[in-house]
Amino acid sequence: MKKLTYTIKSFLILTGSIGLLASCQSVKEYNKMYLNDSEMELAARKSQRPEMNFMQYREGAAGANGGKSGGGCGCN
Amino acid sequence: MRKIYLSVALALAAIVSAFAQHPVADSLDFKSRKLKVEEVNFVSSYYAQDGHNSAVTGGIGTEKLTDFANTFDIFLSRPDRANRLHRVGFEIGIDHYTSASSDKIDPHTISSASAADTRIYPTISWSRADDQRHYLIGASVSLSREYDYFSKGAGINFSKFSKDNNREFGVRLNTYLDTWKVIYPVELRTIPGGAGTIPNPAATGSKPRNTYNASFSLSQIITTRLQLSFLLDLTYQTGQLGTLYQRVYFQNNSEQVEHLPASRFKLPLGLRASYFAGDRVVVRAFYRYYADNWNLKAHTLELEAPYKLTPFISVSPFYRFYTQTAADYFAGYQQHNLQEQFYTSDYDLSKFNSHFEGLNVRFNAVNGVLGIRKLNTLELRYGHYNRSNGLYSNSLTLAAKFK
Repeated sequence: MKKLTYTIKSFLILTGSIGLLASCQSVKEYNKMYLNDSEMELAARKSQRPEMNFMQYREGAAGANGGKSGGGCGCN
Repeated sequence: MRKIYLSVALALAAIVSAFAQHPVADSLDFKSRKLKVEEVNFVSSYYAQDGHNSAVTGGIGTEKLTDFANTFDIFLSRPDRANRLHRVGFEIGIDHYTSASSDKIDPHTISSASAADTRIYPTISWSRADDQRHYLIGASVSLSREYDYFSKGAGINFSKFSKDNNREFGVRLNTYLDTWKVIYPVELRTIPGGAGTIPNPAATGSKPRNTYNASFSLSQIITTRLQLSFLLDLTYQTGQLGTLYQRVYFQNNSEQVEHLPASRFKLPLGLRASYFAGDRVVVRAFYRYYADNWNLKAHTLELEAPYKLTPFISVSPFYRFYTQTAADYFAGYQQHNLQEQFYTSDYDLSKFNSHFEGLNVRFNAVNGVLGIRKLNTLELRYGHYNRSNGLYSNSLTLAAKFK
């Protein structure tokens, strides 16, 4: 049952992602006014870096957020 | 005669306007090859926490800690003859922290292992972006030193962009080769032997810890207002993964240092989205699923909604929810039994939820902020963190970008 739930979840995520990517518009440079706004950056802010660092120490999970996922310090 | 003058004037005007609209290729392609300072960043942060589950004292006792962290980086860029943009970055970070629990490693002295300590971590990076072939390559090296920990890091990265710059695929490979000085709690530095006690041979020297990381990212523009990014980090760690000055008390009240497996495989998977809703509100979202072979699983959800008071000032309330299961090897104070192979009472590896909320205020102007022409962005960020097992903290960060 657990395996089936996992398979269904994976399938939904995969098909959802493919559907989303397939629906992408080709946005021209002159139409990127909103996308080029500094608040739209697809990365953590510089001001978030210290908190990402302390969370790496205080929580068991790390990574996939642009920060470290281990090593380089006496953290997890 | 007047007709001739008029015709000549019109012809000249046509020629001038033709050049004005279509400059020759050379002038279009020309870029100054002077080395220029692209940006300078300064981030300063103060962090204070408290709680009552210190791992140094076996899962009980104060977790009071303060950290004053500062990073400074500068990026220089210069195009080469093939118009590829080379970018070099120098970064240095200096953290100074005080820790009440670390002082309990040896409560009879001012503990050398870090009642207070300073961490220094420089990084040098280089990248080369080729706009015509739509790719970027880069490399970096880093060091980190604190009293009992030394790290050498190196990494390479590659990104490929689609022709319309709407999609980017990136790969990053990193390794950290770390050395951890062995520091045992004071009462475990000797063991019974002979007529009394002898030095514990396990309590001296240093131990390695190596980390190998492969990161993959895919960014995609979906519409004129929405963009997404998928991130996958594969991380393998080997060596000394337990902290040797953290105590574990067993059910029979005997005591050992934390003992954890010598390897750990981590699999975090993230999704980041930015959506410009209306004319003033941006929604930034991040979700991460995490699993590792210590059987720790976690979910993270972050939401932030920058609201533009003016085109140059935005306020962003944010909220982050995090939940994790306990690692297989965790149990609290006096809850482990002696038959267990691996054991820790570090509550960072226990089952808990956490909430983090706060506000980010951002000033951003091309012509300078607060009358300082080169100050491009100024951010002030406050956050409050609380964990379901009682740990809480506050952090205040100031970030400035000069361009």
